[in-house]
Amino acid sequence: MEKFRVLKSTAVPLPEEDVDTDQIIPARFLKSTTKEGFGENLFRDWRYDSEGNPNENFVLNNEKHSGKILVAGRNFGCGSSREHAAWALADYGFKAVISSYYADIFKGNALNNGLLPVQVSDDFLQKILKEVQKKPSTPIIIDLPEQTVLLEDGSSESFEINEYKKMCMLNGYDDIDYLLSQKDKIKAFEQQHVEY
Amino acid sequence: MPKTLFEKVWDQHVVEEVKGGQEILYIDRHFIHEVTSPQAFSGIRDRGIDIFRKEKIVATADHNVPTKNQHLPIKDALSKLQVDALKQNCEDFGIELYGLGHPYQGIVHVIGPELGVTKPGMTIVCGDSHTSTHGAFGAIAFGIGTSQVEQVMATQCLLLERPKTMRITINGELGEGIYAKDIILYIISKLGTGGGTGHFVEYAGTAIWGLSMEARMTICNMSIEMGARGGMIAPDETTFEYVKGREFAPKGEKFDEAVEYWKTLFTDDEAVFDAEYNFRAEDIEPMITYGTNPGTGIKVTGNVPMSDEVENPEGLKKSLEYMGLEEGEKLQGKKIDHVFIGSCTNSRIEDLRIVANYVKGKKKAGHVNAMIVPGSKQVQQQAQKEGIDKILAKAGFELRQSGCSACLGMNEDKIPKGEYCVSTSNRNFEGRQGPGARTMLVSPLTAAAIAIEGKIVDPRKFELNKLAV
Repeated sequence: MEKFRVLKSTAVPLPEEDVDTDQIIPARFLKSTTKEGFGENLFRDWRYDSEGNPNENFVLNNEKHSGKILVAGRNFGCGSSREHAAWALADYGFKAVISSYYADIFKGNALNNGLLPVQVSDDFLQKILKEVQKKPSTPIIIDLPEQTVLLEDGSSESFEINEYKKMCMLNGYDDIDYLLSQKDKIKAFEQQHVEY
Repeated sequence: MPKTLFEKVWDQHVVEEVKGGQEILYIDRHFIHEVTSPQAFSGIRDRGIDIFRKEKIVATADHNVPTKNQHLPIKDALSKLQVDALKQNCEDFGIELYGLGHPYQGIVHVIGPELGVTKPGMTIVCGDSHTSTHGAFGAIAFGIGTSQVEQVMATQCLLLERPKTMRITINGELGEGIYAKDIILYIISKLGTGGGTGHFVEYAGTAIWGLSMEARMTICNMSIEMGARGGMIAPDETTFEYVKGREFAPKGEKFDEAVEYWKTLFTDDEAVFDAEYNFRAEDIEPMITYGTNPGTGIKVTGNVPMSDEVENPEGLKKSLEYMGLEEGEKLQGKKIDHVFIGSCTNSRIEDLRIVANYVKGKKKAGHVNAMIVPGSKQVQQQAQKEGIDKILAKAGFELRQSGCSACLGMNEDKIPKGEYCVSTSNRNFEGRQGPGARTMLVSPLTAAAIAIEGKIVDPRKFELNKLAV
């Protein structure tokens, strides 16, 4: 996993609320047995029409907006547990998502893939969306060590992240390395664990 | 200290608390299927390690499988690749696979309970959000991502932050024609798609305790649709009776011993939840969704809301445009093109009985395409044994072979663009049943009535035969 410290980037606004993982990556594109290439079909049915032509009204097809940060409406990533959603966002080039609320499984999947889910207040989210839509070139700084999001006008908001998960993101560690190092404890647990 | 049901089961499985607010949780059973496991197997290979406790893994192929001619090779090349990859991976690592053609094959959340693999007090995971289904037995069961599938393969454990607890109590008596699906659609319509996020839900109250295991599974299944990590119901005599005698259930004295333990799995009187909700069973009516998320349930006799009645008018506008509906529109009488009865929510034998009982002697509307996909090979066989297949065929319903099917359209069972499908599945997201498909979620009884009439109707308006379930 890549390390994440400070990210300064322009952002892509997606104000829709309750964006589910079927929109992020539709089920019919989950048939790969590897983790690569899902970015091509990110937001497939919003991004392209049924003939495969780009839908001009969708933000990923709008030349004005680009960047490594996706700013999304409340309750982002609800629905299916498919980690393919996090893979698709990362494969497309996003390093972080900013929203005011995340579905649990998506949040975990994102963190396990070096994609930082930043949770800000509803008000601050609306402010960011407005700024980005008004001035697409405006940079946003996500500072993980300091746990802050900083805008061009100097306003900022702090965000929370689990202490362990923060350490993993900063160092590029994943959970399996840690769990594997605890095998003896797991075996000891099994000795006394009764399963009916 | 008094504990909730969730806390009792969780605490039994904590290997260690880790600095930074995480806990190592031991997992008793790991279900895998073809879609979310291949990358995890690759990860295990890349690390050069073996699977730690392969006897605790149960595998099946469900998402991609055809529901016709399952004995023939899968036509879709990519689907075949995934199903073949699962077979190869299970062979390579020595994992029990209930694949295509196996008498135990079926939707992972249907076969676990029917085989007696799912038991009270367990921790159960699967790379599938509807793993919450197994919570109906008083187990902690939840969906995980593929990185976590790999973690469990490597260590039989997960690193997790302990979720908050919520209790949803429904007391009272359900009206005639009201089923578990109506209860859960009603709850989600009240709490919203994010209302349960961060929480593990316990369902309680007289209306819940009176339900069959199948009905309890329907309720726990859709916990994820309000964002909850999972849902659970305290095990009782109904649970023990269901588990008893099943293939992998404990037998004889061991079963009695297990029941003694299972009887301790309930929420203590003084235990405190982080959140509590109470509803009255009498307020619940047959439900249907009008929008593009499962929180948009209304009474089947109701009208689509107006924009000034909802929190997110923009979202309502967008979803109604997709669904081809108007604000304030009455849904009753609307013509329906497809009826899909199936999915891990409603494809168990009881669901098929409800449908068969209703359609017996009737005929589906000519323009409706009515498809029934049993949750498992065993459900299919039971349906044949009871003559349900013949009743359905006479009524013009097509009884397919088992799998996830049109719930998410990964196989060829898709709903065409712009057409309406009344479905007993769990998600009405845009494109869920096929690009442009318009899904409305209902109970099996409501689906059956709509298939017969060809339009949205209240099933209670018609004669309901007494069910011997």
